[in-house]
Amino acid sequence: MMIKMLISIIAYLILAPLVGGFLAGLDRKLSARMQGRVGPPVLQPFYDVFKLFEKEAQTVTRVQDFYVMIFVIFVIASGVIFFAGGDLLLVIFVLTVASAFLIVAAYSSNSPYAQVGAERELLQMMAYEPMVLMTAIGFYMYCGSFAARDIIVGVSMPFLPLIGIFIGFVFILTIKFRKSPFDLSMSHHAHQELVKGLTTEFSGKTLGLIEISHWYENVMLLGFVFLFFANGTVWGAVIGVIVCIVTYFFEVLIDNSFARMKWQFAFKAAWIVSLVFGVINIFVLYLIV
Amino acid sequence: MSYIAKSPWVIHYDGSSCNGCDIEVLACLTPMYDVERFGIINTGNPKHADVFLVTGSVNEQNKDVVKQIYEQMPEPKVVVAVGICACSGGVFKQCYNIMGGVDTVIPVDVYVPGCAARPEAIIDGVVKGLAVLQEKRDKMVKGIDAPAEAPETKAETSGEEEKADQAEKTEEGGKTDE
Amino acid sequence: MGTILFLIFFPIIIALILLVSKADKVRDVIVKIAALAIAAVSIVVAVQYFKSGGENFAVNIEAVNYVMMVIEALLAIYIICTGIKHRKYLASIFALIQTPLLIWFELTNGHHIAVQNNMYVDRLSVIMILIIGIIGSLITVYALGYMKDFQHHHDDQPDRRPWFFFVMFIFLGAMVGLVTSNNMIWMYFFWEITSLSSFWLIGFTKTEEATNNAFRALIMNLLGGLGFAIGIVILGKVFGTLELSSMLALGSVYGELMAIPAVFFAFAGITKAAQMPFNSWLLGAMVAPTPTSALLHSSTMVKAGVFMIIKLAPVLGMSNFAGIMTIMVGGITFLMASFAAISQSNAKRVLAYSTIANLGLIVACGGIGTPEAVWAGVMLIIFHAVTKSLLFLCVGTAEHNIGSRDIEDMDGLFVRMPKLAGFMIIGIAGMLLAPFGMLISKWAAMTAFVDSGNVILVAIICFGSAVTAFYWIKWMGKLAGIVAGEERIDQNVHKEETFVHATLVALVIIVCLMFPLISMYMLVPYLEIVFGGLSAMVLSADNMIIMVVMIAVLVLLTGLFFGKTNKKIVPIYLAGANKGDNLTYQGSMGKDVAFKLRNWHMESYFGEKKMNLIGGIIATAMIVIGIGFMVGTLVSLLGGVA
Repeated sequence: MMIKMLISIIAYLILAPLVGGFLAGLDRKLSARMQGRVGPPVLQPFYDVFKLFEKEAQTVTRVQDFYVMIFVIFVIASGVIFFAGGDLLLVIFVLTVASAFLIVAAYSSNSPYAQVGAERELLQMMAYEPMVLMTAIGFYMYCGSFAARDIIVGVSMPFLPLIGIFIGFVFILTIKFRKSPFDLSMSHHAHQELVKGLTTEFSGKTLGLIEISHWYENVMLLGFVFLFFANGTVWGAVIGVIVCIVTYFFEVLIDNSFARMKWQFAFKAAWIVSLVFGVINIFVLYLIV
Repeated sequence: MSYIAKSPWVIHYDGSSCNGCDIEVLACLTPMYDVERFGIINTGNPKHADVFLVTGSVNEQNKDVVKQIYEQMPEPKVVVAVGICACSGGVFKQCYNIMGGVDTVIPVDVYVPGCAARPEAIIDGVVKGLAVLQEKRDKMVKGIDAPAEAPETKAETSGEEEKADQAEKTEEGGKTDE
Repeated sequence: MGTILFLIFFPIIIALILLVSKADKVRDVIVKIAALAIAAVSIVVAVQYFKSGGENFAVNIEAVNYVMMVIEALLAIYIICTGIKHRKYLASIFALIQTPLLIWFELTNGHHIAVQNNMYVDRLSVIMILIIGIIGSLITVYALGYMKDFQHHHDDQPDRRPWFFFVMFIFLGAMVGLVTSNNMIWMYFFWEITSLSSFWLIGFTKTEEATNNAFRALIMNLLGGLGFAIGIVILGKVFGTLELSSMLALGSVYGELMAIPAVFFAFAGITKAAQMPFNSWLLGAMVAPTPTSALLHSSTMVKAGVFMIIKLAPVLGMSNFAGIMTIMVGGITFLMASFAAISQSNAKRVLAYSTIANLGLIVACGGIGTPEAVWAGVMLIIFHAVTKSLLFLCVGTAEHNIGSRDIEDMDGLFVRMPKLAGFMIIGIAGMLLAPFGMLISKWAAMTAFVDSGNVILVAIICFGSAVTAFYWIKWMGKLAGIVAGEERIDQNVHKEETFVHATLVALVIIVCLMFPLISMYMLVPYLEIVFGGLSAMVLSADNMIIMVVMIAVLVLLTGLFFGKTNKKIVPIYLAGANKGDNLTYQGSMGKDVAFKLRNWHMESYFGEKKMNLIGGIIATAMIVIGIGFMVGTLVSLLGGVA
């Protein structure tokens, strides 16, 4: 048990950035193809990060890098807890801490663009958080445990009873993956509007670390998607992985088919979806479980 | 080997261009030319950029802005002057408020003439710039124990005499294709 | 027993001494010694009852009842007179109803009801005593420095500080009495004293606004007191007991019936805990000097309200309307107050709304009445007391040094007052971030809510938590901002203030590190006694260990790396037009423009008025339904008997 846990933690630490970066590369390639372009090599995200590590080190305040370091550590920690089979709520809370530190890092620069990004990021957090919490609660109600290790060996697939929560989760995944129409807080495509938002004042290695953390985070979020299909069998796992990939490419498709929306829309839409799909699904769970 | 040349992020600044070159720069991003093939991303933030694309000549109003954007780019970095105005001031050179080409304010590594510079020429210019970028990176690695301000001083000295010291001057015409 | 009596009477004696000593130096010495003594004795109490877990005391002295009755009557006369004097007739009317009601009841029925134990100590009281004794007395020490500045700022007014400290110490004594009274009449006595003390503290400045707000607090709390008195009468007349312990014991058998007096006690708790629709008194209390707010919010007053509800938890629950009323009022208050906090930029009002929201959560936990929920509720009380007092006292110091309590004016506080800003950031982190206490309790509350099967409550906590993060982090960001060109201005902070801040910060961290121990040795045994049987820990040991490791890592990393960098420091990006000072940019017309950064309050979504209106209406409806149902049950019960 202990050894299995250690293996999955180490596997996560090593593989997650590889998988996350590879997925990001596929994303860019696929996006390019959807737009009728050739697109960059699949390994481009890795080149980007390696390049960022080669750049000159600079910062705007003495404390900024400290906050970013905490962000990186806590993002990775949340993934470690998840893949070690830990408590889903703990995973979510640790991730919240991480986001809070990234936001504070942006605020600490006292730069207008960074602050606009930080506030938008806060808004996004407020928009997606209820649904993320409800996802964990849904698993708890159906599987009787918050622990990922118990959910994954559950006898029946939680997907159907949690279908509303699944829809809601995929919806807010668009925000979490920073895809259009909800790429409000930092986006290469929004530079006319907010330069680079949250990450305006980060450069070089610091930016590279943030990028890697996002890969870790994305893999962990796909892990949540996987849990909807886990039932302890190989077939469940295969379906889970396939759905993860499909979900990811669905998000890419959404990204390419929508323009960036206003924050009002992002906020209202996320809360309405959470209220309708999440709360009703939880209500139904009380009736059927 | 270094990855600097594999992921050049570009920042584009419009000095006092007539917008002709700007349109051509943006054309590079379109599916027709698709510079993202080379890993090029158009960022809006000097702190993330490796390549500084300037279109149009520099005037009295924006010389500080050009200088500051250049200074805010972390090393290694290259400057590509796009279009004849950016190279020398072009037809505006004699105007009362025009300083001249970009190299009157910051050191330019690659000159891409043309009015307007064609997308192929711009891409070619950036790719040439990558070689310079690589060179600068190598210098940076070697000089890591040397004081880090070395590139900084260079940034501060500006003016005509700097031009001669600059890296290769590219004379890429716009008539290579079609 | 002796130690408890000491904690009740010693503050009262000190209060009287302070009332007559006018010199600053004398007051400094007395308050410091008294605070030390109170804190020390409350720790002694904790040690004393640590093994046994508590004790009951008979204290059957008939005279005490009469003394209390006389004091109550005098206080009622005082309230009636001041009410008439200030044309606040509602206060007079409430006082006029409840005190005669209770005196009549005591004289006719009360005497025939035998009370076995008038006082008691159990683990929950010990926790409350520690909070009152340590945090309460720290606040009095802080008040020394603060009130000097305050007097300095208001030197046109007579020095009323002796009165201020008098009330503060009376308050502490009354609180200890309240959490150790088993006789409901005794508890009511202390309850009324705390109401009156807060009235005096809020109205301290004697401005028109302060007087109005003080009366609002008094009227609302007297309404709660009326509920309390009715509860006592029902308890005595129908059930023939006046003891809290026997009420709870009977409740475990006749839960449905015991809910009838419980609904009135819970109502009293709801008013005192400033739940909607009664939240306006706590917001109004913000006009008072900051130590008052800190005292009201962290260790006294509102904590008396939630203490009451946590005590009642065994007879509440999802099965009766008293419980449902409490749950829903708490839940709605949590959600609406959290929303309203977003729209505020006044630091004290943000803190007030956050207090109301957290109290809502505690009230909801008490209402659910399962051991897990009560565990979460008590943890919330502990962590909230420590963290909130820290935040209030920090805001107080900031206010005196920057001349504003607006969050928007706290730009660059990290540069101007680095220590204070650091303390505040720790306080805010303590309110919402993972390894710190509040989140642990919220987590447990969430689990308890899900288990209770109340879908509305689950939705409420999901949305409420998200909103909570929003308003705290934006404040944290404001504090963390490094604004160039600011000077340090923290040379004039009183030593007492910094000492109290540092102590509270240490407490925040210590309590977070120790919470598995608190849970294991204090809370779980308490819950086992109250609810019977072995109650499981809400959080598994693994998770607690992870939390403690996280906090250790955070502290370690901060110590090692905070503020250290060997990177080149460059100016921020201002579209290439930064003038070099990070504060101004060159505008398009060649002029230098200074930029200002402002936070986001989303007034149109979370406007304070709208939230209070909606929350007030729903909560009132719930209270009317809850009390109505219980009165109906009572009437049918009595009718059936007749």
